[in-house]
Amino acid sequence: MIRIVDYGLGNINAFLTLYKRLGIAAAAASTPAALVDATHLILPGVGAFDHAIELLEASGLRPTLEEMVHDKKIPILGVCVGMQILANSSEEGELPGLGWVPGHVRSFRSTEASRHLPMPHMGWNDVMPATANPLFTASPPDQRFYFLHSFYFECADAAHVSATADYGVQFACAVSAGHIHGVQCHPEKSHGYGMALLKNFANA
Amino acid sequence: MLRPRIIPCLLVHKGGLVKTVQFKSPKYVGDPINAVKIFNEKEADELTVLDIDATIDGVAPDYTLIQKLAAECRMPLCYGGGISTVEQAKQIVGLGVEKIALGSAAINNTGLITDIAQMIGRQSVVAVLDIRKKTGLFKSGYELCSHNATKSYKQDVFTMAKELEQAGAGEIMINCVDRDGEMQGYDLELAAKMRQILTLPITIMGGAGSLSDMSALFKTCGIVGAAAGSLFVFKGKFRAVLISYPTQEQKDEMYSHSNLTKAPVPHVLK
Repeated sequence: MIRIVDYGLGNINAFLTLYKRLGIAAAAASTPAALVDATHLILPGVGAFDHAIELLEASGLRPTLEEMVHDKKIPILGVCVGMQILANSSEEGELPGLGWVPGHVRSFRSTEASRHLPMPHMGWNDVMPATANPLFTASPPDQRFYFLHSFYFECADAAHVSATADYGVQFACAVSAGHIHGVQCHPEKSHGYGMALLKNFANA
Repeated sequence: MLRPRIIPCLLVHKGGLVKTVQFKSPKYVGDPINAVKIFNEKEADELTVLDIDATIDGVAPDYTLIQKLAAECRMPLCYGGGISTVEQAKQIVGLGVEKIALGSAAINNTGLITDIAQMIGRQSVVAVLDIRKKTGLFKSGYELCSHNATKSYKQDVFTMAKELEQAGAGEIMINCVDRDGEMQGYDLELAAKMRQILTLPITIMGGAGSLSDMSALFKTCGIVGAAAGSLFVFKGKFRAVLISYPTQEQKDEMYSHSNLTKAPVPHVLK
């Protein structure tokens, strides 16, 4: 059973609808007890970094999540801000992130190569897989995803960059540290491309 | 490469979908959920649904319909119509809508944009400006309006757009009233001026009659959203109802003719 972490952020229904179409069992989990049967975890999120961290803390789910991800090695996929909070810190906020994928979240506005572009980065962009990665089984032009964000993940270890996209600056739009994955784009709103990614994650 | 967004815009009136001409004479074109299903299959870039009754009737958004739309929609969805409070915006995002659109409520109180952006993130807040050319002797320039173009404002359209950007909007949608339903092309002059003064993504609506009208917009403004109603719901000169949307190949063809890498980007920095 895939569990979508329900801590009050992100479009949980969109993930559930897609997994239903794929014929893969998935359900939301808003309590620690509901998390424990997960074979895979999805950590969604929209909005601001600190708000996401605060809500995750307030949900009481964090200790169980840490146990499942670190001790039981359950694969997890962070999406959008759910990806960004995997980092250690963010230019957007004051609070520390989860630190599960070493890195820092930066602003396109404070990055020389992208500061002149319209913000947020909004729309369909090419995703270029950087390494052999179970999540991406196709290559451009068959990897286009919907993006909607103003901050991006900067990995401390380049080996964790699993795909890049270009918005003035080439940035990590997907990260992977072993069984811990994150994508900046929205697979739940990216038609067949996103569906393939979510299916690949379910098989990872 | 980031691509321009090609966005079908659906208008909801009395529970059904309609298409207007210059914001008047709504013609029934079908069922909203059915239309969403078709645009799913056609892999539309984004979808905008505007309830054109809610503000006029002074009623709250139809949450039941929004929930059904959001559950069916496999592309990013923007909903507008009747949103006037932070709570309503939060509730709609909670139903699975990516972006909410605000018109008159934001023009009357730009602080509402700030409050909503703080709650749901500015990337999800779209400010819609209904704009028409001033008419009459000795009149020139543009006029801002609302309530299906029955109400007009004194404020300058460009100043208002800038104010909404500064208040915390994540996108501005420019809806050209006098081009609505005419299918004679976008107001490129207005679009170019808006692109120049704003540093956020913009979407232009009103006037698209062919894919080449959209190409012309991308050539002028670069990577922007091109929204259309009539173009995607009517076919032929007798305006028979038939939903269509460009294929990936057609879109790539349009982009390749639009000189996107050389397209202008805004120069105004915060």
